[in-house]
Amino acid sequence: MVRVTGDVDLAEDAVQDAVVRALERWPVDGVPASPRGWLVVTAKRRAVDLVRREARRSGKEAAAMMLADPGGEPPEVVRDDLLRLIFTCCHPALSEPAQVALALRTLGGFSTAEVGRALLVPEATMAKRLTRAKQKIAQARIPYRVPAAEQLPGRLRAVAATIYLIFNEGYAAGSGADVLRTGLTGEAIRLARLLVALMPDEATAAGLLALLLLHDARRPARVDAAGLPVLLADQDRSRWDAATIREGVELVGAALRRTSDRPDPYVVQAAIAACHDLAPSYRATPWDAVVSWYDVLLSISDQPVARLNRAAAVAERDGPAAGLALVDAIEGLDGYPWWHASRAELLHRLDRLPEAADAGARAVACGLPASQAERLRRRLAS
Amino acid sequence: MPLYAAITYTADVDWTRPEFAAELVEYNEFGAAAAAVLRGGKALYPTATATTVRVTGGKGGDVVVSDGPYAETKEALTGFYLMECADLDEAVQLAARIPAAWAGAVEVRPVIDFGN
Repeated sequence: MVRVTGDVDLAEDAVQDAVVRALERWPVDGVPASPRGWLVVTAKRRAVDLVRREARRSGKEAAAMMLADPGGEPPEVVRDDLLRLIFTCCHPALSEPAQVALALRTLGGFSTAEVGRALLVPEATMAKRLTRAKQKIAQARIPYRVPAAEQLPGRLRAVAATIYLIFNEGYAAGSGADVLRTGLTGEAIRLARLLVALMPDEATAAGLLALLLLHDARRPARVDAAGLPVLLADQDRSRWDAATIREGVELVGAALRRTSDRPDPYVVQAAIAACHDLAPSYRATPWDAVVSWYDVLLSISDQPVARLNRAAAVAERDGPAAGLALVDAIEGLDGYPWWHASRAELLHRLDRLPEAADAGARAVACGLPASQAERLRRRLAS
Repeated sequence: MPLYAAITYTADVDWTRPEFAAELVEYNEFGAAAAAVLRGGKALYPTATATTVRVTGGKGGDVVVSDGPYAETKEALTGFYLMECADLDEAVQLAARIPAAWAGAVEVRPVIDFGN
């Protein structure tokens, strides 16, 4: 598009508009037979509109653009432009909040005010955040480019991380929150689908989409009548979305076949989610398989939170004492409310009630969300 | 092409001492390998040799001198390179080859071009 319009900003606007329309129309119309071609046509049409609107400034621009158009931009060009936008928004030199804000603004088509509402940030603050991010891109010269092959795996995981952050913002939003906020899960899934459409051979993209779908499938059972979160162990699985689970599981299967020699962290996390989503009950969850998958995950990405989740699975398989021993051995999570909450739960199971209460209090002090704190309080009192 | 400053943060050592000769060789290797794009660079004596200057009350005011660096940081500011790179990705790739990045850190910042 930059080739047709000769102007990065204009190209970005036109491509972004086409993406916004695609993301709006595809669920309604069904994915068109040739999605990339559709994007080209729309983007070009949109660019011409934009230039015509600005043609008040210079009638020559619109005319020049028509001439420059050879009559058929190859779909690869638009695909490339979209990918460049995605990789630029999610560049690791930008802070995570900046990446999330840029992605929602540029790829999601949110207005600045909408991004602010979705992320619980005042509009003026959000406007500054976006401006600073764009300034950094310009002044530090963050390149508008799809990364080279050597950097691609790491950069793609960074894109996936940003989209996952957006999903979690929406997932964590309590019921009764602004629908623009709870809608972030849908937005993240749309972006994940876009990434898969643009990079169909990349397992990371498929893994991310599968992971989001398999989490999202449980949403109908996540909150009880009182608006309190329901733990995985207590969820009514008949309310899980079977079609979404099916789609997620198929994606995981295909991605696993593609990465048998070199596991991808998103595919592995999705495999873990699939273990849960396919189990008819919490008790029937194949805990051994779950622990094994965590072993694989930790071998490629050893993170304290993943260790914590593995410890929880070990507790289910081997009992609370084994799980607690592992939880206590994890360093660096002293400020993480879920570490304390896990300890509280396991101590409660071991009937070490005063220690459980202490751990519960620490969890709240570290910022456990109010609804989760209430649920934990009830659990510890039982 | 744009210029970037690569500011090195390392252990606060005296690079002139013989025990650091081997590490210096690695810096020299970097300098040789990147010679085509380096536009300058110096190593600094340790922060114990630093003096911080302030002028109280603004221009023309009292000059206040104190011992030590401006900021006590976990690693110390020990040197810098000027690198000519096409974009940030290139600058980052190059900075990663500076020995300081392996145990400490390198801060990469774009240099203002005032046009002349």
